Amino acid sequence: MEPINEINSVITPLNQKNVDTDQIISKEFLKRIERTGFGKYLFYHWRFDANGEPIKNFVLNDERYKGSTILVAHDNFGCGSSREHAPWSILDYGFRVVIAPSFADIFYNNCMKNGILPIKLSVDEVEALLSKEVYTVSVNLEAQTVTGADGVVYSFDIDPYQKKMLLNGWDEISLTFQYEDKIKAYEEKVAQA
Amino acid sequence: MAKTIIEKIWDEHIVYEEEGKPDLLYIDLHLIHEVTSPQAFEGLRLNNRKVRRPDLCYATMDHNVPTRNREQIKDVIARKQISTLQQNCEEFGVPLANMDHPDQGIVHIIGPELGLTQPGKTIVCGDSHTSTHGAFGAIAFGIGTSEVEHVLSTQTLWQAKPKTMQIKVTGELGFGVAAKDIILAIISKFGIDMGTGYIVEYTGEAIRKLSMEERMTICNMSIEAGARAGLISPDETTVEFLRGREHVPSGEAFEREAARWLALATDEGAAYDKTVEISTDEIEPFVTWGTNPSMGSGVSQSIPFTSDFVEASDKQAHEKALAYMGLEQGMPLEDIAITNVFIGSCTNARLSDLRTAANVIAGRKVHPTVKAIVVPGSQTVKKQAEQEGIDQVFLEAGFEWRESGCSMCLAMNDDVVPAGEHCASTSNRNFEGRQGAGSKTHLMSPAMAAAAAIEGHIVDIRKFGLVNV
Repeated sequence: MEPINEINSVITPLNQKNVDTDQIISKEFLKRIERTGFGKYLFYHWRFDANGEPIKNFVLNDERYKGSTILVAHDNFGCGSSREHAPWSILDYGFRVVIAPSFADIFYNNCMKNGILPIKLSVDEVEALLSKEVYTVSVNLEAQTVTGADGVVYSFDIDPYQKKMLLNGWDEISLTFQYEDKIKAYEEKVAQA
Repeated sequence: MAKTIIEKIWDEHIVYEEEGKPDLLYIDLHLIHEVTSPQAFEGLRLNNRKVRRPDLCYATMDHNVPTRNREQIKDVIARKQISTLQQNCEEFGVPLANMDHPDQGIVHIIGPELGLTQPGKTIVCGDSHTSTHGAFGAIAFGIGTSEVEHVLSTQTLWQAKPKTMQIKVTGELGFGVAAKDIILAIISKFGIDMGTGYIVEYTGEAIRKLSMEERMTICNMSIEAGARAGLISPDETTVEFLRGREHVPSGEAFEREAARWLALATDEGAAYDKTVEISTDEIEPFVTWGTNPSMGSGVSQSIPFTSDFVEASDKQAHEKALAYMGLEQGMPLEDIAITNVFIGSCTNARLSDLRTAANVIAGRKVHPTVKAIVVPGSQTVKKQAEQEGIDQVFLEAGFEWRESGCSMCLAMNDDVVPAGEHCASTSNRNFEGRQGAGSKTHLMSPAMAAAAAIEGHIVDIRKFGLVNV
């Protein structure tokens, strides 16, 4: 996966809580056997009407946020299914960072495996971000900060192991192969039990 | 020191641990289906890797298989996904119950049926309802496709040790109240994200008395409360369910296994990071009226008013949900008209679910405005039901009787609720568009869905003139 550290962008404010994976990527788009090409289906039924025309007041159709790489939403983002098609569609659309007060566990993990940085800020901080009209921020993973264009700095926590994985863009499977002797030893122990 | 079953299983499966890192956890059973696996197998091919332990994998086709005319999958991309799984399993040596196999079915229904699901195992699958297998006292959780690839390659996963939560259900279940109602009541009371970061153990006398099938219904929906895994300590009910199944040992070896399983139960006095309680006095037959599983109420209630909510974001979510559902606040739930009924899914498509629903509709007719389908959870369930004549009860009432699969739970195949229509569904999610673009889902138990099919609106099963539901 692509390493991630500094991201500067206007934020895309999606002022909703409990955004579920069925909304992020609807089931009719899960039949592809590739990891790519899902961006055009991101939030499909919120983005387009029954005739495939863009729905004007949906935030992804707002010209002011065009090219944005940072999505901001409310609590429990990514709840529901384990489909990795959700982060694939977010990444393929162009987002590298998702900011919310909380994330569903599987979605959060799936982001980490795809070079998407999920940032947890407090409810008040997220509400402050969502209340801004057009707001540019600078995310720094190394420093664990989100800095607004007006100089306001928000700090965030992240597991040090996951931070290292994201900063380096490491392939986790290659890393795990270094523990082959441990895995083998475990299997031998179980076989003897 | 007294330990919970969660800690016992976790500790037993640590391959490697180091300060500042997640634990490297061994995986005992990896279940695979056609939708979340193709990219993982492709990853193996690209990196010239093999499946480390094909003997610990088991694959089937469930998510987008047709439930009639199995030979004709009109959707070219769906067909490709199904043939890709067949090829991947052949290439990598993974056991597969394909569409024509007698063991085919929803992955979370066939695992227990075959006895692959056992107490004390770590079980994963690229599907969030993997929590179902926790009913046996296993740590079972859904993973993404990258993790599927990781398990295929290494038979392990890096996992941070989750916190433990006890959900205690006290009291005895009332007449007409099902396992589905317990879990819907829990999610409604404590919220859709109450379980985030936790593995949940369900305890209490109400849980102890449940059959394995009912326990699976409860654990299945743990993810709808945000918990990746939910489990129930094994007991004699667990042991008796597994006795004689294909993948469990027999004779003395089984008795030894059974003793080991029973010893996994949470020790007296073990501490959880969090405990919550719910009394069966609070649980009546439940129905959802909104667009996530926590937006539900007892069937005798009315849809809440926006003013009942305190937080602005909750008020907004409530308004948005009702606008989508086309329902008014304050409306009695029994007044909601139903035009589609789906009895199926990994939550409620086992034999006992079909028996219960058949008992409700026997000798009655599906309401003329309703289209009702039954999709057995597996070919085994279907065959057993047909041997009992349950298929005839459904067919005579006007239900359609289908082949097994996930079907209308997520509508990846042709089984779709038309836009704007309300569906009484025994499945697990009522998200916007879940059963088809514009579809409006009401989650409920099999008995409640069956009764709705007869009346054409939501009804209280307790008033339906039944002796035994």
